[in-house]
Order: sequence, then structure tokens, then C-alpha cells
Amino acid sequence: MVVADSNVRTLSDPESTWHQRFHSSPMKIEVNDLTIRYGDTTILSGVNLNIRKNEIFGIIGPANSGKTSLLKALNRMDEFTPGMKVTGDIRVNGLDIRHVKNVYGLRRSIGVVFPLPVGLPLTVFENVALAPRLGGMNNRAELNIIVERCLRRAALWDEVKDRLNSLGSLLSGGQQQRLTIARALSQEPDLLMLDEFSIAVDPVTTMRIEDILKELRKEMTIILVTNLVQQARRLADRTAFFLNGECVEIGVTECLFTGQVQDQRTQDYLSGRFG
Amino acid sequence: MHHFATTGINQRNSRTQELFRLLFMMMTVLLVLPVLIIMVTLIYKGGAIVTLDFLLSNPLDGMTAGGIFPALFGTIGLVTVALLVSVPIGVAAAIYLSEYASDTWLTRLINLAIINLAGVPSIVHALFGVGAFVIFFRFGTSILAASCTLAVMTLPVVIVATRESLQSVPMAFREACWNMGATRWQTIRRIVLPNAISGILTGVILEVSRTAGETAPIMFTGAVFFTPFLPQSVFDQTMALSLHLFVLSTQVPGVSEALPYGVALVLISIVLLMNSASIGFRMYLRGQKKW
Repeated sequence: MVVADSNVRTLSDPESTWHQRFHSSPMKIEVNDLTIRYGDTTILSGVNLNIRKNEIFGIIGPANSGKTSLLKALNRMDEFTPGMKVTGDIRVNGLDIRHVKNVYGLRRSIGVVFPLPVGLPLTVFENVALAPRLGGMNNRAELNIIVERCLRRAALWDEVKDRLNSLGSLLSGGQQQRLTIARALSQEPDLLMLDEFSIAVDPVTTMRIEDILKELRKEMTIILVTNLVQQARRLADRTAFFLNGECVEIGVTECLFTGQVQDQRTQDYLSGRFG
Repeated sequence: MHHFATTGINQRNSRTQELFRLLFMMMTVLLVLPVLIIMVTLIYKGGAIVTLDFLLSNPLDGMTAGGIFPALFGTIGLVTVALLVSVPIGVAAAIYLSEYASDTWLTRLINLAIINLAGVPSIVHALFGVGAFVIFFRFGTSILAASCTLAVMTLPVVIVATRESLQSVPMAFREACWNMGATRWQTIRRIVLPNAISGILTGVILEVSRTAGETAPIMFTGAVFFTPFLPQSVFDQTMALSLHLFVLSTQVPGVSEALPYGVALVLISIVLLMNSASIGFRMYLRGQKKW
């Protein structure tokens, strides 16, 4: 089930409701001339992109095109990555993240889901309660409420409500991936970044997570890095195509998939000619 | 001819394979042999005199008779104080090296220093202990000086064991935590340390067993041949099992043959007990492993 107004997401009709909503939505992320290097290797060069609030922004492209590095730069994880050097300008909510004093607060406002599910070696409950605890919350009753809410939103509650005290790392792969989504939601983020979340997840779970994302977009901005172009088509309002460290093209998803592309390489990738 | 027929090469391969299996097995058995011989000899020659009374009474008649209580007490004291010194320093250093330090020439130098520290002969440690702790820090020849010397000597064991077990915790756990806005310390305390603790404790127990048996480092720094009194503080000198054994075997005339064997049996039993505890503990914690 696609969002109701997505069938009018076309460039040809600038008066459409999607366009109106899109352009009235404030900027969530502004990236200007972003370059990322590891030592002498340039992994991403001169990237410019803007992401609006409550948008699902898809990023597609083959391996080594710099997608993951972009996500790392957005929550300043470069500080934990030896050799990673970020230059350029990144603004989140209009604030230059280079000058954010509380970098931990910045990261808490951004939920991240990794390609391989990472169930922390804690109980299911503690996996989801960890972020609130890190923020200093220790009230068991409040934690109970948060954990249940997040697990419900991640469509995992019914499966784990009777085993909240068993280890999160013992859940199945698909369950663990929803657990990491619940964990990300427990941070109460206003930006959710998913890095190829479906890589180790069965198709049914993938579809469930996609449904979750459609719900979540009402409350937050979502960046969806994916190697499944059809997934981007199903979910993303706009999609960026990355290739070899370059942002080749950004366009309204529906336009890209209906052949309204500016760069031949995008067309080639979308039609499966390489990558 | 079908495809699974045995050829000459197959036969030769399986003969060679059997040969190597036997060779490796023989080496393994050879490894166990010395331990068995030592234990059997000690129990045969000294087992009879090791009684509760032997453990809990003082030496008599110029150490040619009586028990070993002051030495046993001293060894336990030396090991305890050495642990109190080396564990906090070693664990903290390992956490720094594994979790905080980036790979620079300085950390490489530190790692090199740790490896070299592990290779320094114990007699050199002893002389260092005299210079540093007995004289420079003015501890005098005391339990404190001897324990500090033992601590310096065993620091590499603690550091390496701790660092290895910290690094066995998958990096993905740390990254997930950092992405949630956790500081390095929060990540260490909530995720890394709880999952590394079994390895750290194993390292600590191994250190205990090594410390208990050392003789040279304590000879000049705090252990004495004989003292009629138990130590009252860490600034007193003490007897120790290892030195007691050395003295009985080389310095005191007229010792009954069973006595040194008995002392050796007690000493080696302590070591074996600690090692078994370490193995048992590690197996218990492995059962609790969370990923």
C-alpha cells in the first residue's frame, strides 16, 4: 500500500499536492560540497543535497559509491572512524553539525539501522531501554512504557512480549532487524537512517519493515540507503543516485523510474545495465 | 572403472595423514608427562607430612621441623597486595589501549614496551624492585616493595589478557552504541566490559598463579628466610613459600627429606587450584556468553 498521494508525484504537474507539501516542508538536512576522504582515497566528492522534513529520501548506487560514508558524516561518526576526513558543510535543522557542541545529543536525534542486524548482548528489553538509560532515565515504569511503544511501532511486540528477558542476540535475523528499529525509535529520533536494512532479512520481513517506514514518515524524516532500486521506488519521495563517490543525480523517484532522467548513467543503473 | 577407486596416491595420503596424527598425539602426551611425574613424586615423597597442622603451625628447630604457616600466610599476603596494585593499573591501561588509543607511533611504542616487559628475566625485575621500591620510594624491604615488584613483573599478563578479551567483543556492538549517542565510557561500561569480564578474570587468576611461585623478585625486596613473627603491616618483611622451599633445599642442614617435598606440594597445589578455578570460571562464563 503506497502513500495515498504518491501517484501524483510527478515533475510534470507542479501544482500537485505532493509538490505543494514538499515545497512547504522545511529543510531537514542541507549538504553542501561534501567531500569524504580515507587517507589518500576520496570516497565521496562534492556532494550537494537537501532533504526536506518528513521526506523519505532514497539513496541508490552500487557498492563503494560512498552511500554509507555519507550517513556516517551526517551523525559525525567520522570521529570514531580512523582516517576518515570530512570537509564541506552539513546542516541538520539549519545547524552546522561541525559546530554542534552536544554531539551525543545530535546522534541521539538520529536513529541508525545497519545492514546486518546488531542485537546487543542484552535482553530484548534492555536493547530497547538502552538509549533512554544512556539519557539518564532509570524509572522502570516509564521504561516499560517506552519499550512497549517502540516494540509495537517496530511490529515486534507480539512476537517478543513473552520473552522480553531473553537475549536480543538470540532472536532471528528478521526479528533482530526490527529490534534495531525499535532501539533506534527509543532514541525518539526525528531522522531515521537505514543502511541497506533488507540485506539480511527475508522478503516478508522486508515488506513489514517497509510498511513500518510508511507509518513512521508521518513523524520523522527517513534516509533510505538501498541496493534494491525497486525498494527506493516503493518508498522514496525523491531518490539520489550515487556512483563512484559522486552524486550523479537527484530526482523525484517517480520521474526517475519513468525515464525522466538527466544523466544516462542513472538510466543505465535503473534499467539494470550495470551495478 | 568407477570414479571412487583407491589409487596409489590415495593410499600414500592416508598413510601420511595417520603418521602425522600419531606424531601430534605423541607430542601432546609428552606435554602432560612432566606434570604427571612432578605431581606423583611430590605426593609420594611429601604427601604424608602435608596435614592441616603442617599448614597452620610455625617452623621449629631452625626450620628443620614444624609447619609452614608464616610462609603460607606471607605468600597469600604478597599475592593479594600484588593484585591490588597490578589489576587496577593493568586493566585501566588495557582499556586505554584497546578502546581509546588510536594507532600512532606512541601506542605502538607502548605495546612494544609491554611485550618487552613480559620478556625481562625475573632477576632483573628483582634488582629493579630494589632500586625503585626499596630504595627510591623508601618502602624498605617489605611486603609492599615485594608486591610492587611482582606487580610490575605480571602487568604484561594482565594487560595482554584484558586487551585480548576487550577486543574479542565485536566492533559492531560499539558502533551501534556510539550511533545511539553513547560516549566511549558509556559504551565500555554497559557493553564492552560486561562481555569481556570473563577473559579479564582469567588473566588475573593466571597472574595469581604465576605470582605465587616467583622467588627471585621477592628475595631482595621483602621476603626473608625466617621471621618468628607474622607481618603486622605491608611495611613488614615476611616469609614466603617459594623462598622457604629454596632455603630448605639449599641453605639449611639437617632437613628431613619429606619437608621440602611437602612445601613444594603445597605451592604447586595453590597454583593448580588457581588454574583450575580459572578454567572452571571461564567455562561457566562461556556458558553465559551472549552472542
